[in-house]
Amino acid sequence: MSIRSSIGMIQFVTLILTLAFAWHPRGNAASEKLVLTGASTIAPLASEIGRRFELQHSGTRIDVQSGGSSRGINDVRNGTAAIGMVSRGLKPEEKDLHAHLLAWDGVGIILHASNPVAALSQQQIRDIYTGKIINWKMVGGKDAAVTVVNKADGRSTLELFLNYLKLKNSEIKPHVIIGDNSQGIKTVAGNANAIGYVSIGAAEYETKHGLPIKLLPLDGIEATVTNVRNGTFPLSRPLNLITREPSNSLARKFIEFAGSAQVHDLVEAQYFVPAWVR
Amino acid sequence: MLWLLHGAAGIAAAIVLLILLFLAVEAWPILRHIPLLHFFTDASWHPGEGMYNLTPMLSGTLYAAAGALLLAVPLGVASSLFVLYYASPGLANGYLRLVELLAGIPSVVYGFWGLTTLVPLINQIHAPGASLLAGILILTLMILPTVALTAHAALLAVPHEYIRGAVALGMSQWGIIRGVALPAAKAGIVAGVTLATGRAVGETMAVLMVTGNVVQHAHSPFDPVRTLAANIALEMPYAMSDHRAALFLSGLLLMMLVMILWGLPAWPRKDIHG
Repeated sequence: MSIRSSIGMIQFVTLILTLAFAWHPRGNAASEKLVLTGASTIAPLASEIGRRFELQHSGTRIDVQSGGSSRGINDVRNGTAAIGMVSRGLKPEEKDLHAHLLAWDGVGIILHASNPVAALSQQQIRDIYTGKIINWKMVGGKDAAVTVVNKADGRSTLELFLNYLKLKNSEIKPHVIIGDNSQGIKTVAGNANAIGYVSIGAAEYETKHGLPIKLLPLDGIEATVTNVRNGTFPLSRPLNLITREPSNSLARKFIEFAGSAQVHDLVEAQYFVPAWVR
Repeated sequence: MLWLLHGAAGIAAAIVLLILLFLAVEAWPILRHIPLLHFFTDASWHPGEGMYNLTPMLSGTLYAAAGALLLAVPLGVASSLFVLYYASPGLANGYLRLVELLAGIPSVVYGFWGLTTLVPLINQIHAPGASLLAGILILTLMILPTVALTAHAALLAVPHEYIRGAVALGMSQWGIIRGVALPAAKAGIVAGVTLATGRAVGETMAVLMVTGNVVQHAHSPFDPVRTLAANIALEMPYAMSDHRAALFLSGLLLMMLVMILWGLPAWPRKDIHG
């Protein structure tokens, strides 16, 4: 190719690229974008609420990303996200942020559906996670090695679990470390000898969709959304949307929408307890 | 016109240097109060408790990449030899298209397939399934097309006179391949292997989903490991101050590793044209 035709080619490509970036359909140009990041527990619900919000307020775009509650806190603090999703209460050092209660959820222990073990005491769970119980037959199950599934650092489900069992993360001897709830559920569903802990809402949702996992009762209380609703389940936690004041108007509208009665069916479809019930 | 070429090359080089500079600047805060040695001698990787040992993750990265290369290089070179010298034209064409298709599959699809199919399969042989072996197998699948396609291109570029001369001398098919074609294509094949190594060392998403992510040295292929890249992906979203700087340092380490691996093939060069 001669130099002249190369320059011609470059000019042509530049023209095409400029047109592509400068011209966009009417709808996109007017769209306001809202970014939510944080807990993988809340992300599916936030996506559903976001979709309904987009239908009612045309020209808006709600972008939901997971990454853990700590990510939500971080992103709201440095302005990357307008709203953070945090699946626990705020700590004293997080008083610069505002929490808006979205729903209630619990943290439940999950096993593979084929595992004959029906219940585990707190001490047994503690021993399994710290590596003292390494075979299921020691707790009345099959003769098979336990596969311990733990959550990655920065996830509030991990913090709540450690808090409840009074353990430190360095004391846990995991075999697999997972990030999102869905990764944990898929890992346990694919391994008959695995034990893990995830959001009750996420686990119940997957069980109803046929995945071979089951939730264990904690301290004798069944891990169901009903027990989270009536407050008897020992490891329940609030699902919060957090913002930093002053927040923009779109964020305020979204939070109002998320707390209204219009989305209760969405909350219950994800097996969480709507905020006004408790 | 030359200035345009110089400019383009300069921009590419400048970007690499800027990235290195950025990594170094972001990693600097932690190097000020934690000596570099601690990153290799601390008890474990627990940023919440101020411990930053990178060696288990470094070994995980190296084991996974080495294992994948050990499997992918012979298979890749063998594939390209099969396509060029042993297969019928129709079969060769079809096979080549399949390998190209393999190259185009996104990494996250490999990871998803690994998590839902490969990991439970390995679990039946030896718990927990999410392991170094799973990581090696997934990485092999990902770098195999790179090695195969570059080896194919390198072998195609072997001058026909060499082959004709060898045939005229009465050499056997395998003799020609081993004695003439492969040595002549060596530079190209090594380039392909280097590319594949870079990918194997840096692959994040797929490895994150199948290797178990436990920070430990692997004592058997069935042990879960965590690679440097997967660690950055897992922890960067929420890391703050020291922890964040430690992650940038591990990123810098990863980049140094890739640079060393890329530099190795070039090092013993005495005569480029063999």
